[in-house]
Parts: sequence; C-alpha cells; structure tokens
Amino acid sequence: MIALLDYGAGNIRSVQKALERAGAQVQLVRDPGQLRGAAAAVLPGVGAFDDCIHSMQRQELFHAALQFIQTGKPFLGICVGYQALFERSEEFNSCAAGLGLFTGRVVRFAGGHLKVPHIGWNQVEVLRPGCPVLKGIESGAYFYFVHSYFPQPQDPTLALTRTTYGATFASAIWKDNVFATQFHPEKSQQTGLRLLENFVALSRG
Amino acid sequence: MLAKRVIPCLDVHDGHVTRGVQFGRAEAGGLRNVGDPVELAVRYNEQGADEMVFFDITASAQGRASMVGVIERAADQCFMPLTVGGGIRTVEDMQTMLRAGADKVSINSSALATPDLIRQGAEKFGSQCIVVSIDCKKVAPDKWEVFAKGGRQPTGLDAVDWAKKAVELGAGELVLNSIDADGTKAGFDLVITRRISEQVGVPVVASGGAGTLDHMADVLIEGQADAVLAASIFHFGTYTVLQVKEHLAKRGIPVRL
Repeated sequence: MIALLDYGAGNIRSVQKALERAGAQVQLVRDPGQLRGAAAAVLPGVGAFDDCIHSMQRQELFHAALQFIQTGKPFLGICVGYQALFERSEEFNSCAAGLGLFTGRVVRFAGGHLKVPHIGWNQVEVLRPGCPVLKGIESGAYFYFVHSYFPQPQDPTLALTRTTYGATFASAIWKDNVFATQFHPEKSQQTGLRLLENFVALSRG
Repeated sequence: MLAKRVIPCLDVHDGHVTRGVQFGRAEAGGLRNVGDPVELAVRYNEQGADEMVFFDITASAQGRASMVGVIERAADQCFMPLTVGGGIRTVEDMQTMLRAGADKVSINSSALATPDLIRQGAEKFGSQCIVVSIDCKKVAPDKWEVFAKGGRQPTGLDAVDWAKKAVELGAGELVLNSIDADGTKAGFDLVITRRISEQVGVPVVASGGAGTLDHMADVLIEGQADAVLAASIFHFGTYTVLQVKEHLAKRGIPVRL
C-alpha cells in the first residue's frame, strides 16, 4: 500500500488516479497513525508553500512525514511536496519553515523577459542515469511543469535531473530513499506514468 | 527547452461536445454535436495533446453538474493538464472543478463583473490555477476592446489594459480569443496577441481562428503566443494534434513530439 498524504492539496485526486494506473494500491492518509504499515509514501502539492506546510502541521503530518522518511522506505515529493523538503521559501510573505530535510532555499524565477509561472512541457537532463525511478527515461524526456518557485539544494550532488527555464535548476532530486520532482509525473502522460511505475516497483522491494 | 503547447478545446453542452460555426452562435442553436467529451479527450491524449480545455457552454446549474462528471471521468483516463471554463462564478465553483480533477479554471465574464474573483482564486489555489480568458474585438485601427457574455456585450475596456490588470490581480495565464476570427477560420489576430504577450509576464494562449497549420505557426512565432488552442480543426478531423505538432516543428518551433 502506498500512502498518499492528504492535507488538502488540490491535485490529490490526479495523483491518486495516476498511482493507481501505475499499479499501486493507494490509501489517502489524513492522520499520522495511517502512515504506519505503508510501503511507500507520496507527498503531493500545488499552490502556496506556506499553505502546504501549515495544513500538514494542522494534521500532524509534518513530523510524521519526516519520521516516515527515516524508516528508509521509498518517499516521493511532487512540486510543492518537493519544495517542502527544504528549509524555507522566498515566496511572497512566506514565514513557514519547511521540513528541513535538505539544506537550501526555495527561490523564484527571475522574471524580466521570462514568463512566470513556468507552465508547460519542458525537458529534463538526466544527471544520474542509474536512479531506479528513472528507469526507461532518458535525457530529453518531457515532463509537465507548473510553478513559479524552485528549490536550490546547497548540496549539488542531490540533483537527479536538471531543467533550463531562464535559470538551470534541479528539476528532480534523489537521496537514498527520497525522490522528489518539481514537475508533475501525474500530469506527464506516458513518461510520468513510467516514473510512477518505477516508484511503485520500488515500494514492492 | 520549454515546448510551445497545442491545446484542443472541447465545447461541452449538457455533457456532449458541440461546435458552433461562429462566435456566440453556439447558444443560439447553431450547434453541431461532435461526440462524447471524454472519448474525444482520450483520443487527443493519445495524439499527444499538451493540455485539454473543457468549456461549459450550457451555463446552467444542470450543465455544471454534468460538467463535474465529465471532468472526473476525463481526469481518471487522461494523465495530462485539464482546464475547465464556462459558468465559473465563485471560489466555490473553482474548488468544485479543481477537486473533480481540473488543474486550472478559466474565468471570463465573471472576472469582468467581479475582478476581485481573480485575486480570491489566486490566493486560495495559487496563480497557476487561475486562467483569465479575454474575448476582444478590433474596434478601431490599433484599438481592441474587451467583450463580455460570449462576445455579445461591449465593456469599454481596452484589451491590453484588462490583460495587465488581470495579471496584477493574480492570473497565472491568459487566453486570448479574437472575436472577429473565431469560428470563421480566418486566422489568429497576430498584432493584439503579440502586444499582450509582450506586455504581460505570464503565458498567453492564442485561441480562435485556427484554420490552417500556418495560422498556428504564425501566432506562435509572430504573435509570440506560448500555446495555441483550437476546436474545429481537430473535431472535424481536418488535422490530428500530431500533424499540427509536426508542422510546427518543421517551422522551427519547439514542440513535444
């Protein structure tokens, strides 16, 4: 069973359906107790960083997510669920502290001639081809992005893929059992489903 | 590199996809039924559509209820971005559609009536969810006016001014419909598309008037649009999404193939 953390993120249904299509049995998890017994966990997210953090805190899923990660079981963060793994965001008026699993900040695209949000299909360059969730996915593959902010990991070796939109940024990261993507695999058609299938396979050990 | 998007638009009337021949005529009964929205969505998904827009032209409570079902079914089968427009008047309407599986909601007349709806939606769901659709018509040399109510009601607003205001209020994307051209397959209005695209900091989707493959290429190159949205060119089988993208690629436009 894959636990999908349901703290009110708007795209939860899409993530659930895509994981199911990828072969997973999905349970929506609204309180920490339900995380026990999960083989893997997914933290979705869309919208504002602070909203995401505060909602997770209200449902006591904030520390539960960190504890889950420490069990070593596969964990996938998507979009704001990726950004939440970092210390803090530079989003307008943001004062919430992220999970702080990784050192670094979430910063905004520069703007100017660049259109923000970054919306649409962009390519990834695969930096660590041995990564199990990227099996069958190569550099040049397109994923769907929709965001104005992105994390800047202090440790450059965290980056799993990178993508260029004005700036070049870590569009996915990987450390041990933790995978996180700025793009939306649940909205990236066959390529996205492939990534989710790989993740589901990992959860089966 | 970020690809330019090709977006089929499905006009949904009481759960069926229809297509009027000219702007604003759909409600007047000039409809052609072209099929089940979810079947069409699945077909376009397979052809490599980059997104899909569902537009509720029923504009009644009953129509909205059937739209929720359409979005749920589409979202269960198409793992791609979905936008819903038509008849969305409140933050609760937005929430209903987003919960059903839509990624973005598109507002037009309701934003003109209550501009603050843009801000409320952006604050609650994030700017990336809020699309403002603008119907405009060239009313004088070098002047484009915004029209409400499906293109029937002049607003006195200048199209560029309204586009900028919508973005200030929190719109994350604009859809620009040129009324003169829509449905008549006369081509996109390149001048106003480019002007708005250059003056706002968010993506601009060009809509209305795609009759040939070169119309689409032109609005992406000369019109500086970030995406093209079209209905009849796809529904009537004139071209597949893939054929459009292959043509755009030949013209040197970055697309996802």
